[in-house]
Amino acid sequence: MNTQTTYMGLKLNSPIVVSACTLSEQTDNIVMMEDNGAGAVVLHSLFEEQIHKEEKRLNSVISKTSNAFAEALDFFPDLEDVSSGTDDYLNQIRKAKERVKIPIIASLNGITNQGWVDYSKQMEWAGADGIEVNIFFIPGDITMSSAEVEHRYLNIIDAIRQSVNIPVAVKLNPYFSAMGNMSIRMQHAGADALVLFNRFYQPDFNIDELSVTTDLKFSESSEIRLPLLWISLLYGKVYCSLAATTGVQTGVEVIKYLLAGADVAMTASSLYKNGIPYLRTMNKQLQQWMERMGFDDVAAFKGSMSQKHMPDPTAYERINYIKILDSVKQS
Amino acid sequence: MSNKNTIATIDGNEAAAYVAYRVNEVCAIYPITPSSTMAELADEWAAKGIKNIWGSVPDIMEMQSEAGAAGTVHGALQTGSLTTTFTASQGLMLMLPNMYKIAGELTACVIHVAARSLAAQGLSIFGDHQDVMAARTTGFAMLSSVSVQEAHDFALISQVATLKARIPVMHFFDGFRTSHEVNKLELLTDEQIRSMIPDALVIAHRNRGLNPENPFIRGTAQNPDIYFQGRETVNDFYNKMPAIVEEVMNDFEKMTGRRYELFQYSGAPDAERVIIIMGSGGETVDETVQALNKAGEKTGVIQVRLYRPFSLEHFIKAIPASVKSIAILDRTKESGASGEPMYQDVLATLVEALQQGKIDKLPRLVGGRYGLSSKEFTPAMVKAVFDELKKDKPKNGFTVGINDDVTFTSLTYDPSYTLDESEWRQGLFFGLGADGTVGANKNTIKIIGENTDLFAQGYFVYDSKKSGARTVSHLRFGPKPIRAPYLISKADFIACHQFNFIEKVEMLEFAKQNATFLINSPYDKDEVWSKLTGQVQKMIIDKNIKVYIIDATNVARETGMAGRINTIMQTCYFALSGVLPREDAIKQIKKAIEKSYAKKGQKVIDLNFKAVDATLANLYEVEYPKTVSAAMHELLIVPKKAPQFVQEVTAVMMAGHGDELSVSQMPVDGTYPSGTTQWEKRNVSDLVPIWDAETCIQCGNCAYVCPHGVIRAKFFHENYLGKAPEGFQSAPINSRGFPETKYALQVYLEDCTGCNLCVEVCPAVNITDRTKKAINMAEKEPILEQGKKNIEYFENIPWNDRSKIDFSTVHGAQFLEPLFEFSGACAGCGETPYLKLLSQLFGERLLVANATGCSSIYGGNLPTTPWTVNKDGRGPAWSNSLFEDNAEFGLGMRITADKQLGVAKQYLLELKDQLGATVVDEILNAKQVLESELAVQHLRVQLLKEQLKKMTSSPALHLLSVVDQLVRRSVWLVGGDGWAYDIGYGGLDHALSSGRNINILVLDTEVYSNTGGQSSKSTPTAATAKFAAGGKSGGKKDLAMQAISYGNVYVARVAFGANPQQTLLAMREAEAYDGPSLILAYSHCIAHGYDLKDGLTQQNKAVESGHWPLMRYNPTLRIKNKNPFILDSTRPKISLKDYAYNELRYKVLTMTNPTVAEDLMKHAQDLVNLKWKNYEELATKRASDFVPIA
Repeated sequence: MNTQTTYMGLKLNSPIVVSACTLSEQTDNIVMMEDNGAGAVVLHSLFEEQIHKEEKRLNSVISKTSNAFAEALDFFPDLEDVSSGTDDYLNQIRKAKERVKIPIIASLNGITNQGWVDYSKQMEWAGADGIEVNIFFIPGDITMSSAEVEHRYLNIIDAIRQSVNIPVAVKLNPYFSAMGNMSIRMQHAGADALVLFNRFYQPDFNIDELSVTTDLKFSESSEIRLPLLWISLLYGKVYCSLAATTGVQTGVEVIKYLLAGADVAMTASSLYKNGIPYLRTMNKQLQQWMERMGFDDVAAFKGSMSQKHMPDPTAYERINYIKILDSVKQS
Repeated sequence: MSNKNTIATIDGNEAAAYVAYRVNEVCAIYPITPSSTMAELADEWAAKGIKNIWGSVPDIMEMQSEAGAAGTVHGALQTGSLTTTFTASQGLMLMLPNMYKIAGELTACVIHVAARSLAAQGLSIFGDHQDVMAARTTGFAMLSSVSVQEAHDFALISQVATLKARIPVMHFFDGFRTSHEVNKLELLTDEQIRSMIPDALVIAHRNRGLNPENPFIRGTAQNPDIYFQGRETVNDFYNKMPAIVEEVMNDFEKMTGRRYELFQYSGAPDAERVIIIMGSGGETVDETVQALNKAGEKTGVIQVRLYRPFSLEHFIKAIPASVKSIAILDRTKESGASGEPMYQDVLATLVEALQQGKIDKLPRLVGGRYGLSSKEFTPAMVKAVFDELKKDKPKNGFTVGINDDVTFTSLTYDPSYTLDESEWRQGLFFGLGADGTVGANKNTIKIIGENTDLFAQGYFVYDSKKSGARTVSHLRFGPKPIRAPYLISKADFIACHQFNFIEKVEMLEFAKQNATFLINSPYDKDEVWSKLTGQVQKMIIDKNIKVYIIDATNVARETGMAGRINTIMQTCYFALSGVLPREDAIKQIKKAIEKSYAKKGQKVIDLNFKAVDATLANLYEVEYPKTVSAAMHELLIVPKKAPQFVQEVTAVMMAGHGDELSVSQMPVDGTYPSGTTQWEKRNVSDLVPIWDAETCIQCGNCAYVCPHGVIRAKFFHENYLGKAPEGFQSAPINSRGFPETKYALQVYLEDCTGCNLCVEVCPAVNITDRTKKAINMAEKEPILEQGKKNIEYFENIPWNDRSKIDFSTVHGAQFLEPLFEFSGACAGCGETPYLKLLSQLFGERLLVANATGCSSIYGGNLPTTPWTVNKDGRGPAWSNSLFEDNAEFGLGMRITADKQLGVAKQYLLELKDQLGATVVDEILNAKQVLESELAVQHLRVQLLKEQLKKMTSSPALHLLSVVDQLVRRSVWLVGGDGWAYDIGYGGLDHALSSGRNINILVLDTEVYSNTGGQSSKSTPTAATAKFAAGGKSGGKKDLAMQAISYGNVYVARVAFGANPQQTLLAMREAEAYDGPSLILAYSHCIAHGYDLKDGLTQQNKAVESGHWPLMRYNPTLRIKNKNPFILDSTRPKISLKDYAYNELRYKVLTMTNPTVAEDLMKHAQDLVNLKWKNYEELATKRASDFVPIA
């Protein structure tokens, strides 16, 4: 049974990829992910703010406390060898590359094309096989036009594309007026893969404390529908790779995404819930299904249920909605 | 490790420690200025695994005090380790007992001392020889180095000599002047060091150590029969020591070419007048001698290198036969002696030589004192001494460098006398502590010193404040080694890094004719002239100064380096100073940038390059007219209403002219007036809080947390508003039933440091603009003049009657007058709010014993003190004894209070008939718990005083002298964790066990803050600190539980940022408890490594994480058969990580060693969990489970 797939030019033994999460902060975990059949690992995200904040904080604290008073010319042990948090990240790439063979994809999370773009170059030098850019931008400024929002995305992709030679994936959100068109433009700006979709942390209210809560909720399998829809729609219409993320809890969601046209399906929450070894189970589920369905390899069924390959492409469009409404009425 | 002869530019401390580390196996350390850097470096090098010359990493052990360090040194030596320590001043005093032992047992060892003043009429961190002179009787040999290179070389010479001679050596150099001077030197290679120390000496040292395989005893108790003889056994070793040191110096010369002699003579071979001196001042004398001799005089200098043993033979050889008069200069003071120590040594030696016939006549000998506490010692003063020696009857016991107008010891000197400085390029840089000026200058010295053939020297002067401190950097460059251990008085280049210094700081007084003046100016080249004061303009014109401006702040912003002007100002210096040709200079600075930022990537390098290029493009020369156009700026330091002493003495110090004060202007016993910070008006911050009366809910939180006492609240009858200046804000008081009462919150704008804590703590949000609170930071300039009028008016509104205020709440406490105000502590200091609260609650009857540390520095570092008085002249009486003895010191205060109260009572009873039984009974039986009761008692005592003043009997006079004790005294022992957990712990423990009514307030920053962040036993697990560079693995001491074990000690752990009410409650309970109390007060600190505006948030997180559980242990509850242990905080809500990793002290380990960081954090979390579990158990126990109180 061949579960190999190609994701933005990288050959993977399995289409199941670990998405950016804190589990990959430990190199031992990455080794465990490989041992349990992960096709690749997207490292936990390095945040743009983190890059700036760490450097700023370090510099600010040191400069504000140095050479100010005769008795205490400084307050910290020699910081010459201190790396910022960002250096730790590069070390982690190096360590992971030393210990595993599967591709390691570094992840950057930001909202501007300032400063941190340079960092992608250093990630490449550290040995990353690819970079996933998570553009986590909520246009809270409501005077911002959709064109401005789109430009921001394209500028970031362009800037990173210019600075590295390794493949670049873009993790994006679904809230574009013209999602398909935007996908094509991102591809033209240099994206080698699109990762659908980012889950924004949406706030909730605590009505007793009258405060905003921002707890993290794991994705549910029921959430796969939106990415599923767009992967199905984009498959065959863009030449970049497609990765599905959100709601991948078992092998079933992996299969669905692959049928829609994804090159890989990414998961993190299932590993938080079930542990890293659950990757093996998911791979097994995929293989058993392929066996049952008689598919020898992933290519044999990838995208087979995309809009392009459906006998009735309108199933993905408005007419489908009417059908759903009708079915609700009947039930 | 290995190195070829490397040229380095380092300071004296590093130079000495570099060798000391390499030639020892054990270093027992403890921080004390100015020697701390040596210990810190040793710790850091060990943490990095740097090895000594025998290939092992020395074992560095921080101790609880210098006494502890000396004991450890002794123990390690006795078991054969090559062992050292580093210290100064009081630290050396604590080592004295062990030093006698080490010397008495003929133990090879070197102690490196950055020589410093001793605390006498006042403490001083600066340099002189009082400490080493106090140790001269210990039996240690004393070797003095005079420069950075010598500090390096003598660290080796002393080590070799001690191993050869078995006499321990105290190697010392001048604190600050040498320890902190950055100079160019040649480093010894490891091979060179190794070659000087034969293995046989090391092995012999080891073999003398205790060993159960070959047991013996050492350290016996001896009796009259043999002690004396035993003491004389060492003579031969001492007799041989000078020759051994000389031999080592000769060997050293063969190896390095650098020649040293025990008594190094320099000057005319036929000199008639000679100065004998030890320490860095010797270089000044030597340079001056050369200049004088060039001018035809016959002078010379003997620099004493080996002071103990003092070798007659070598000394006599060093003195030219032609000498007629000699001045012996001591950098110390021995009150009551017939002369200072070295004077006496020389006198005795020469008399002995005369008696032995080794000289045929005695030259005229005079002794003098100079340079105490780093007092400048200049060529002009040297010349004055030589001039004095020309006289028939030169003064003996003279002083030079001060004006002694009381006993007239001082020599007059001509300050305008200078040596030929034409070979040097001299620069002065005026900056602020936090603006990077000093850092940039240190970097400049490195660049020039290590990359060109030029020699470089840097010395940095700081003022006495911790916030808004000014720095002056003194940089010299020249083609020959720079031997000028004194400040620059005439500079070729002067840089003003802060434009507002133009009005405040005298800078161009130090400019040479045709000098260059660089200003960091927000005004352009055409506008800037009009912004200078008349004085500055005149000086520029008179001295034909070239003026350049750069808008460094703007260039920094535009080149993406916002807030960092240092590279820009440094570039200007390179471009303008002429130290190097401009092209070369810029090339060098870029090379340095590449080196410094190599790790940070090309982007950062490019950013800095861009800043350099932009600097050059934005550096303009200012064309100026030849006439003064601006008004003369009145440099009024204090207003005319200030007290006379403040006008005549304090203000002079504030203006930076303290050197000009004469002896007669000084208090004879170190007594200074309280309440002097109010006259400073330092205007440190451009941003200040503005009160929004409408939004304010009058909670008092802002006033409570303000570290500098600049926010004050009063309520008053609305009639007071009748004459209020326009713009004076007030609001109806929010208590019901007082419609005519108004509330006002006043910000003392000129005293604010802009820390932002008040804004952070404010709970009220403006309903029309939710980004604003009831107190908001804003530009000071536009509101300053109005603000001054408001403050003046506010001050005329009387403080509310404290006996009528319910100050059991934070809200109520704001109406108490703070008697601790405007200190020089860091902006956002986490300690001072506790002291301010203490002064508010008990200030009128408060006695404070303050351990040395941050609180004694911002509390009592001249020129001013924040401890102040109320309108009646009552207020905290404060004193600092030492670092280690504060608990005992404070206990002594309590004992006096108790004793004198007893004496007063005794006389009251004796005089009962004359004074009246009612008066006496009322006073004796007065209950003094409530504020109203205290007020009545105070009144009674005032009336009693009036009665007593009319009486003349002995009992009446005695009673009058102690009558104030009849008002209950509140004795507080204040200090940091370094004192309470470490150096003063034994005393603290004893004071707690005394049962006396003392209150101990530990301002717990969990680190030695004042000396620069060294680890204490309060430093928490997983945090890094100096001396714990690899992360602290041990647990934090639970001082609370230790105190609780006594049963009768009131104990509280508080954090005002987390629960101000609990802090208030604990302070009041502690004070009311008639027994010992201990309050551990969490104090955020810059040594924690974050912006202190978040100090309150971090305090809260410290509590929420369980790191700092709030608790009280109240023995009075135990007496009432209730559980005395009360937990005041809830179960931990967040992990320790969530608190800790907001602070660099923890975070830094995740950057340097993530694996260790993770392990330690896990361990620390386990400790927190365990502590909480234990506390929770205690909080649920029955009274009978706790120690009963007798």
